[in-house]
Amino acid sequence: MSKKILAVASIGGHWIQLLRIARPMEEHYEMVFVSTHPKCATMVEGQKFCLTTDFSRSDAWKLIPSFFKAIKTIRKEKPDAIITTGAAPGLIYLVVGKLLGRKTIWIDSIANAEHLSASGRMASKFASRIYTQWKDLATGEIQYAGNVFGNTK
Amino acid sequence: MIFVTIGTQLPFDRLIKIIDELAPQLHEEVIAQVYQCGFTPKNIKAIDFLAPDEFNTLFDKARLIVSHAGMGTILSALQKDKPIIVFPRIAALGEHRNEHQLATARKIKEMGAVNVAMNEEEITSMLLNGNQITFQHIGNRASPSLIQSIEDFIDRP
Repeated sequence: MSKKILAVASIGGHWIQLLRIARPMEEHYEMVFVSTHPKCATMVEGQKFCLTTDFSRSDAWKLIPSFFKAIKTIRKEKPDAIITTGAAPGLIYLVVGKLLGRKTIWIDSIANAEHLSASGRMASKFASRIYTQWKDLATGEIQYAGNVFGNTK
Repeated sequence: MIFVTIGTQLPFDRLIKIIDELAPQLHEEVIAQVYQCGFTPKNIKAIDFLAPDEFNTLFDKARLIVSHAGMGTILSALQKDKPIIVFPRIAALGEHRNEHQLATARKIKEMGAVNVAMNEEEITSMLLNGNQITFQHIGNRASPSLIQSIEDFIDRP
């Protein structure tokens, strides 16, 4: 039986980046996609899709419903691993995933070309694996293996 | 048609003003998705709110996209083989919370993936001399090495 992966990102640039990484993974895994807007479901037709609460630093209290939603989804789906490109809602799934003993993978957005995002720095305390999309930001802990552009030099 | 998009979170009047002033010389329809624009553009069609499907229709119809340095727009343009000119927001001018658009724009310019205009002079020159505008096809997936690395990590016992 193939492994199950929960792939999480907020609508917008984070979601577009996630799809470029996670859709090819459908070839090897059972995928469950999670995002913050119902419209996102139309971009992963034929795949399982769950909605979660969107929030940012300006409405941080919403992390509470987001946290409980993450617990519920992860308990129900029992994924082997959780991957996310951010932002804040992805971080919540990663933290809950870690607490529930799942492998957790953070891929920092390509928009963070000079240093890791604030969410990424927090994620690095919880993630089992963390990637940057810029070679010169890689350290021992933060790995680089390519980016969402794909076949550019 | 040229479609200008600045995202849905913050205004970007500097870009809209440059395009509005340049529009009479472009001899082409210009439609802009704006957000809380502080003035009324005279020469372009400015729309305050676009539902996602209306946005996609304009995006697909456009010959050229002009955009802030938002990664979603940049990747969507490249995936759809649309030429795009990226004009980054500058936080020092109050256009964003931090300078990540400027940093990202500089680095994607080095990668050669998109046309990046760093100031009014550069974007004016690109729009008036269309032959400088190139585009790169990127397919629909991230680097195979990144996907492989993630999958290897997942499969590890």
